[in-house]
Amino acid sequence: MSEPQSSAARLPGAPGFNLFHYASPQTFYPLAGRLLWPCWLLAAALCAIGLYIGFFVAPTDATQGDSYRIIFIHVPAAWMSMVVYLAMAFWCIVGLIFNTRLSFMMSSALAPTGALWAFVALWTGALWGKPTWGTYWVWDARLTSELILFFLYCGYMALQAAIDDPRRADRAGALIAIVGAVNVPIIYFSVKWWNTLHQGASVSLTAAPTMATTMLWGMLVMALAAWAYTVGAALLRVRAIMIERERHTDWVRQLAQGGGSRT
Amino acid sequence: MLSVFATVLRRDLLLAWRRRADVLTALGFFLLVTSLFPLGVGPEPEQLAQIAAGVMWVAALLATLLSVTRLFESDEADGTLEQMLLSVEPLAVIVLAKVCAYWLLTGLPLVLIAPLIALQFSLSPQETGIVCATLLIGTPTLSLLGAVGAALTLGLRGGGALIALLVLPLYVPVLIFGAGAVDRWRAGLDVDGNFALLGACLLVSLAVAPLASAAALRIAQD
Amino acid sequence: MNWESARQFWEMGGYGFFVWGSYGVTALLVAAELLLLARRTKQARALATQDAALARIDAERRSGS
Repeated sequence: MSEPQSSAARLPGAPGFNLFHYASPQTFYPLAGRLLWPCWLLAAALCAIGLYIGFFVAPTDATQGDSYRIIFIHVPAAWMSMVVYLAMAFWCIVGLIFNTRLSFMMSSALAPTGALWAFVALWTGALWGKPTWGTYWVWDARLTSELILFFLYCGYMALQAAIDDPRRADRAGALIAIVGAVNVPIIYFSVKWWNTLHQGASVSLTAAPTMATTMLWGMLVMALAAWAYTVGAALLRVRAIMIERERHTDWVRQLAQGGGSRT
Repeated sequence: MLSVFATVLRRDLLLAWRRRADVLTALGFFLLVTSLFPLGVGPEPEQLAQIAAGVMWVAALLATLLSVTRLFESDEADGTLEQMLLSVEPLAVIVLAKVCAYWLLTGLPLVLIAPLIALQFSLSPQETGIVCATLLIGTPTLSLLGAVGAALTLGLRGGGALIALLVLPLYVPVLIFGAGAVDRWRAGLDVDGNFALLGACLLVSLAVAPLASAAALRIAQD
Repeated sequence: MNWESARQFWEMGGYGFFVWGSYGVTALLVAAELLLLARRTKQARALATQDAALARIDAERRSGS
């Protein structure tokens, strides 16, 4: 614990960036604070550019009209919901291997934002489905998997909320997150397989096989905006979690005494 | 290792034999839920035959969920669990033996009673055979995954609802492959794929679930 | 440019409800998350400040007696 800290202290401001230096909450806290505003600004700027491309540059779709513009929020949300789950599982594995409490905090900081994206993907999927397929919900493989993913997020958060001891909550949550991550591809495959049997719902979401490049760009920029926002939200939440959990340690006390509003 | 397995298995079966009523709850639940369905959706034999497999599978899933919460409870209450955790024998093997006993007591009776329910839902003999076979391969998977949930939620408030939230999403593939077999049969397709996939699910959970449950128990009792 | 007037933009070729329903709810959820996060941070900081003050009083009392 003290070894990596001292080695990092020997090179203040050196270009060589010691990763383990930031593996403890008290060193990570200020770093997260410094990263917050860049994340927000990046998210806002990218979102503005993405929306501009999505609404003003990208042409109206020949078959779907303007309803397809939901794609610029739907697809990035769906991507993020999956990426965030993987990131959660990754931090859980790191936490279990290296026994770093910050990794578990990171994972639980990501979960609500991931659940938010899963919900947004479902919501926008339903609103897109109505004009395109004539119904708000079809048991399409992707929509169904997204729903299950949303339930997985809920399960993870509910389990953590039900356990008072943070150490147990961390580890139990990590276990279910990893089991869930293993299951997600199996679930996707099974639902897809089920879908081919019940032909009624075999409408594909790949409605635009020859997607205009501007559409693709809009989606990409919006995805990056969602990415930046997710990082910002997770950092903000992890900072709150750090203070909540480490309230009785010296570094939080010093922080609290050194003026509440400073980062 | 085998002797530990046998000892735990025998012990759990014996304990269950002395408290027979507990074992029957899951079975009673299964029977009751499946019998309520015709009352809810109407008695037309065609319609019933169409939904039979799905209803039986969902009922089996819920029956498992209902009873699996108790898998480690009594052991925790009387201190046996602590002894198991301290034991030099691998915890995963002990857990596996417990799950085996649990399946023999709750999963197998469901499979055995299934033909009776299939009769109520006017399934043909072949269809009945397929449903029973899928349940036979599928219910052990349900028990194994349920054990992970039971270990994770051991001693937590609101354990019942929580375990449902944790485990039900994991049951989706088994449900799809299991209940889908009869549908495929009725559509004139061959059902080998379903059985292969169900078998694969069973093997994967057989390999992973005891280890995960053991880890969860250690976390819970830390 | 796709739109000739603000009204046309708002109508989205007849799909206004769906498009703005999607973007609106997303914006609402993101705003709600940020608000909740800000509140959580503030509460955590307040608790920590309180805790630190209590600890200081405790330490002073102990060194005084």
